[in-house]
Amino acid sequence: MFWNEKIETLKGQELRDLQLKRLKWTIHQTQNIPFYKRMFKEAGLHPDDIKTLEDIRKIPFTNKSDLRDGYPFGFLAVPMNKVNRIHTTSGTTGKPTVVAYTKGDLETWSELLARNFTMAGLKAGDIFQNAANYALFTGGLGIHMGAEKIGAAVVPSGTGNTKRQIEMIEDFKVTALHCTPSYAMHLTEVAEEMNADLSSLKVGCFGAEAWSENTRKDLENRLSVEAFDSYGMSELFGPGVAFECGEHDGLHIWHDSYLVEIIDPETGEVLEPGNHGELVVTPLVKEAMPLLRYRTRDITMLMEDDCPCGRGPKLARFFGRSDDMLTVRGINVFPSQVEHVLRSIPEVGDQFMVYIDRGESHLDEFTIQVEMNKTFFSGELSDFVKLQQKIVKTLQDTITVRARVELVEPGSLPRFEGKAKRVIDRRVI
Amino acid sequence: MNEEYIIKQLSIFSENKAGKLAAIAKIFLDTGVSIQAFNIAEANNFGVIRVIVDKPEVAFEAFAKQNYALKYTDVLAIKMQDVPGGLFEAAKLIGELNINIEYAYAFRSGEYGALIVRVANPGEAAKALKKAGIELIPAANYHF
Repeated sequence: MFWNEKIETLKGQELRDLQLKRLKWTIHQTQNIPFYKRMFKEAGLHPDDIKTLEDIRKIPFTNKSDLRDGYPFGFLAVPMNKVNRIHTTSGTTGKPTVVAYTKGDLETWSELLARNFTMAGLKAGDIFQNAANYALFTGGLGIHMGAEKIGAAVVPSGTGNTKRQIEMIEDFKVTALHCTPSYAMHLTEVAEEMNADLSSLKVGCFGAEAWSENTRKDLENRLSVEAFDSYGMSELFGPGVAFECGEHDGLHIWHDSYLVEIIDPETGEVLEPGNHGELVVTPLVKEAMPLLRYRTRDITMLMEDDCPCGRGPKLARFFGRSDDMLTVRGINVFPSQVEHVLRSIPEVGDQFMVYIDRGESHLDEFTIQVEMNKTFFSGELSDFVKLQQKIVKTLQDTITVRARVELVEPGSLPRFEGKAKRVIDRRVI
Repeated sequence: MNEEYIIKQLSIFSENKAGKLAAIAKIFLDTGVSIQAFNIAEANNFGVIRVIVDKPEVAFEAFAKQNYALKYTDVLAIKMQDVPGGLFEAAKLIGELNINIEYAYAFRSGEYGALIVRVANPGEAAKALKKAGIELIPAANYHF
């Protein structure tokens, strides 16, 4: 099933012509942004120098840190009276990355999501429960718009209150569910405990974190859904950048809207299809916040084989990063960010360790071990309880991460020589 | 005046893990310090060991040397009759004096019972308790 068969199956010269036309438009759009004006000037480039798709390699990369430096609106290519929506992603040192959308962007974004959902077999008549955070996270409102676009009946259930979520699936006879894969596992277990009948479900769209083929098997068997992997990031609109078709062998990225390069993250050299490297994307359709050669830091490859479904080249499923960013319960977290927050609490000091585990509930759990700072010990148990609460609250308030805090004895944590590794990801995905 | 009733309890931070109590007890053994009263308050993965010993300074130094987080905490020991209602009598009087007990633990000491109490202002509390006719056990009975 196609939402827009012509554009989804566009290939060869016809696709390249469209990509080039849109690339030229995008480059001109970026010239409204001081960062890109300066970049072109420093590289000795003129927008008209980009005459072929390959010419894009003359343009330097854009990094997430560039976007952060532009906080809040440094990357806006349109005046505020053209901006229709603002989202943010959590940021390293307290500063988030801001992403903005024009009315046209929101329309384009929902169009791309409509392609994905149609590809997963969804249509009007489906009841679509979106168990994603509806605040600044693009997986809430973004997915919502796309599901509405195809005419599905959307249940904006948001996150949390798992029992209520399950009751709704059962009572409303929900047919499609979107959430993070780890939340889906948790929901499955609770549903089994409740003896709930979730047989109305047929499609599960899972994204915002990496998940394995084993998790797919588990979810498909226990939740009785066909599970689709969804990839996206706020800088590229949000979810919906790439999505699985019924083959479940790689994700289709929308080549009319995103120009894909795979690079060697060390050298920046562009790699041929079939080689793993970092995904670099130039979105071709973004008005409010156009980007050029954006380094996603996600490791994947362009697959060589054509897909039987007729759509364009796929990206392999995502498993690694070329930086140390972690995705915990769908939230992007840098170890440095956690360290920064902990160090800002005087009672914590320098000696702490952070562990990330996927617990029995299948939800990611942060455990923070903090060495008692002797100078803050008054001898009262209540001080520790207060300190625990303070750490939990500070992490929640600054980087929206929920953590379990364990206080340990002075001298009991590992000491590092050289570069300390205080954040350890122990999850087996 | 009431200094004599102020008992120096050691409050030692400890993780809650197997073998921990033995490790702590070993320090008392090695230093030849005698434990008069002992109590553990726990929360989640850790706890505070509250202990009254004959030689608090010796114990303090030994624990500090081994990098333990510990502090002296001033507490009072209230003498209770070792008969049914002994605790009630003591607690009632403390309540009537409007003294809030942050925590307490009791043990038997010879012919009578002793209630160790941690209150906000031990000096003031000792004065008030004495005035109300409550018998306090002098610190010298524990530290020697």
